[in-house]
Amino acid sequence: MATQILMPALSPTMEEGTLAKWLVKEGDSVKSGQILAEIETDKATMEFEAVDEGVIGKLLVAEGTAGVKVNTPIAEMAGESGAASAPSAPAVAAAGKTLSVPEPLSQPVPAAPAPVKAPQAASPDWPVGTPTKTMTVREALREALAEEMRSNDRVFLMGEEVGEYQGAYKISQGLLDEFGPKRVIDTPITEHGFTGLAVGAAFGGLNPVLEFMTFNFSMQAIDQIINSAAKTLYMSGGQMGCPIVFRGPNGAAARVGAQHSQDYAAWYAHIPGLKVAMPYSAADAKGLLKTAIRDPNPVIFLENEILYGRSFEVPVLEDFTIPFGKAKVWRTGTDVTIVSFGIGMTHALEAAENLAKDGISAEVIDLRTLRPIDYDTVLASVQKTNRCVTVEEGWPVGAIGNHLSATIMTRAFDYLDAPVLNCTGKDVPMPYAANLEKLALVTTAEIVEAVKSVCYR
Amino acid sequence: MAAKKPPETPNVSKDDLLHFYREMLLIRRFEEKAGQLYGMGLIGGFCHLYIGQEAVVVGLEAAAKPGDKRITSYRDHGHMLACGMDPKGVMAELTGRAGGYSRGKGGSMHMFSKDKHFYGGHGIVAAQVPLGAGLAFADKYLGNDNVTFTYFGDGAANQGQVYETYNMAELWNLPVVFVIENNQYAMGTSMKRATRSTTLWERGAAYGIKGEAVDGMDVLAVKAAGEKAVAICRAGEGPYILEMMTYRYRGHSMSDPAKYRTREEVQKMRDEKDAIEHVRDLLVQGGHATDEDLKAIDRDIKAVVNDSAEFAKQSPEPDLAELWTDIYA
Repeated sequence: MATQILMPALSPTMEEGTLAKWLVKEGDSVKSGQILAEIETDKATMEFEAVDEGVIGKLLVAEGTAGVKVNTPIAEMAGESGAASAPSAPAVAAAGKTLSVPEPLSQPVPAAPAPVKAPQAASPDWPVGTPTKTMTVREALREALAEEMRSNDRVFLMGEEVGEYQGAYKISQGLLDEFGPKRVIDTPITEHGFTGLAVGAAFGGLNPVLEFMTFNFSMQAIDQIINSAAKTLYMSGGQMGCPIVFRGPNGAAARVGAQHSQDYAAWYAHIPGLKVAMPYSAADAKGLLKTAIRDPNPVIFLENEILYGRSFEVPVLEDFTIPFGKAKVWRTGTDVTIVSFGIGMTHALEAAENLAKDGISAEVIDLRTLRPIDYDTVLASVQKTNRCVTVEEGWPVGAIGNHLSATIMTRAFDYLDAPVLNCTGKDVPMPYAANLEKLALVTTAEIVEAVKSVCYR
Repeated sequence: MAAKKPPETPNVSKDDLLHFYREMLLIRRFEEKAGQLYGMGLIGGFCHLYIGQEAVVVGLEAAAKPGDKRITSYRDHGHMLACGMDPKGVMAELTGRAGGYSRGKGGSMHMFSKDKHFYGGHGIVAAQVPLGAGLAFADKYLGNDNVTFTYFGDGAANQGQVYETYNMAELWNLPVVFVIENNQYAMGTSMKRATRSTTLWERGAAYGIKGEAVDGMDVLAVKAAGEKAVAICRAGEGPYILEMMTYRYRGHSMSDPAKYRTREEVQKMRDEKDAIEHVRDLLVQGGHATDEDLKAIDRDIKAVVNDSAEFAKQSPEPDLAELWTDIYA
């Protein structure tokens, strides 16, 4: 009796993949552990193997098929004895070389919902008529890195798995080939040490781009980031600057638990001497990263794993940069101002769309950089709408939203028709269980509710 | 003074000896003056004196060439004077004045000089170790033959980031000399109360780094070891570890009563091992200088130190607008 072999999930955030190649054909007898096929995620090609012995029946999905959803039946297998020995769901297990990497690597690309079609910006960052191309955030970051490395030979990339492995999240794919091992440097797993070393290299006249495999690991190195990188210019009376970029994915991915799911926006935005950028779109990722690499100060560049695979329009320009401290108005509106940044923008824009259906016109502002913050754009908007809701993934105590609330209260109190509300992640470590994780994150529904509340609707 | 070991083969000129004498004396007198100013309330906060350890920085600076870099911890006044920074600027930073190297914004622990390739002045124990390797990384990247002297103490030697740095420095053959200034006390904790692995330079072997222990009270031994280490690094075979066996006569900082050791222990070191007396003996016994010559040097140094103190008192406090400068480049 035949059992089905299902498309496996080969990483925590994988939703679908390409069945690149069958390594067995119909009628083949296979042994437990035998490799059945190669499956591509957008990060890597993985081999997967049979769990049980049996005979391959029908191949249900042809090789080369892209976009095969996880848990889709891809083949049938008859047990050796003719009995149904293979359990149907996890009939296969991931195996092979690409899995023999440290644990944090096992968290690639796009997560849950199908990419929302990014709304066109109300105030573009490029001249009208500039051609654009559709590009993922991942590709945009890679382009920014490559362009800056081409134009300045003191720029180098350092981090865990950035070179030969091509990047844990494939941001640095191809860079080792183009720039060689002198400028794309694989480090041992030693964040405290290599962060200090990179900061020293910046003191010594280089422009390091340091990749944290995720910003969770920057905690190992936070003394060097704050005490050495951020403060030395001041302590030296302006003599010793530190032109360095610390970059990597920040915030929750999907189901990776408390130690790998944390938003550091408010942490780093607290520190004078650091600059902090947190892009949402691919164009911003590219333009802001290029600006970050050219900045003579230490820059914290907070990316997001879930956004890496999302596509946006990016202008085709020889040298496209976005200045720090300039927010972007994604959507104009008259009833309420929603301020967010990074992945929070996904929910903010979705909420604005839903609210429009209820006749509430929301203006949506993406801060893009959290140090400096573009207060003027926020205040001008609040003076128009008289209401404000902030949205972020991080925790509620000492949040960016708290700071915005205080600023708006201080500088635009008389314009407010309602208290500013902060939508944040819940005040708990990130749980693993799918339902609890969903509950812990900020949601579109919460933003809609907050907006209705400040609009007294 | 007492009996010291006989002068080694005097592979050193009279001028060199006089230079070492002068430099070490400058550090000692400067530090004594800093101690006085601290007592008068003109210097605040933390102030870690280098008295006793002078031979280490003076000997190693004699092994350096222009372009070489140095970076150290918060016990940094000696390093700054030895690499040629102006005593006035250092003292004025101690008093928190506009004429200080950091315009009064760094203090005793945080001074820098791009000119003299002095990269601080770091207050977090051992943080300067990876930073120093990074400076060496930059030089190697840029393709010059500069070497970075990365100083740290026996206390810092127990920090994890030191070993993360050893690993990478050897992996990438960085031109860095790790100088462990083993003055035997990490603040109030003697080395044997902190580790069973008390031969600190040998720990480099776990990473493939060679090194040696050096009599850090003997400026000639320090210079010789420094020259060897620097040659290894310039040849692309770095890093190298020098464990300088030294001693600080004063407490960890000005506020440390140093109850963790006996007066006799300190006195014995002063009597038997003092680095300045050692050179003085070499000069006098070798007939290279008379007492009168040395007295003249003493007077010069005293004048330099007094001038620096006077400058540090007269220099104005930083303008209040300085609060908001140098946060971003």
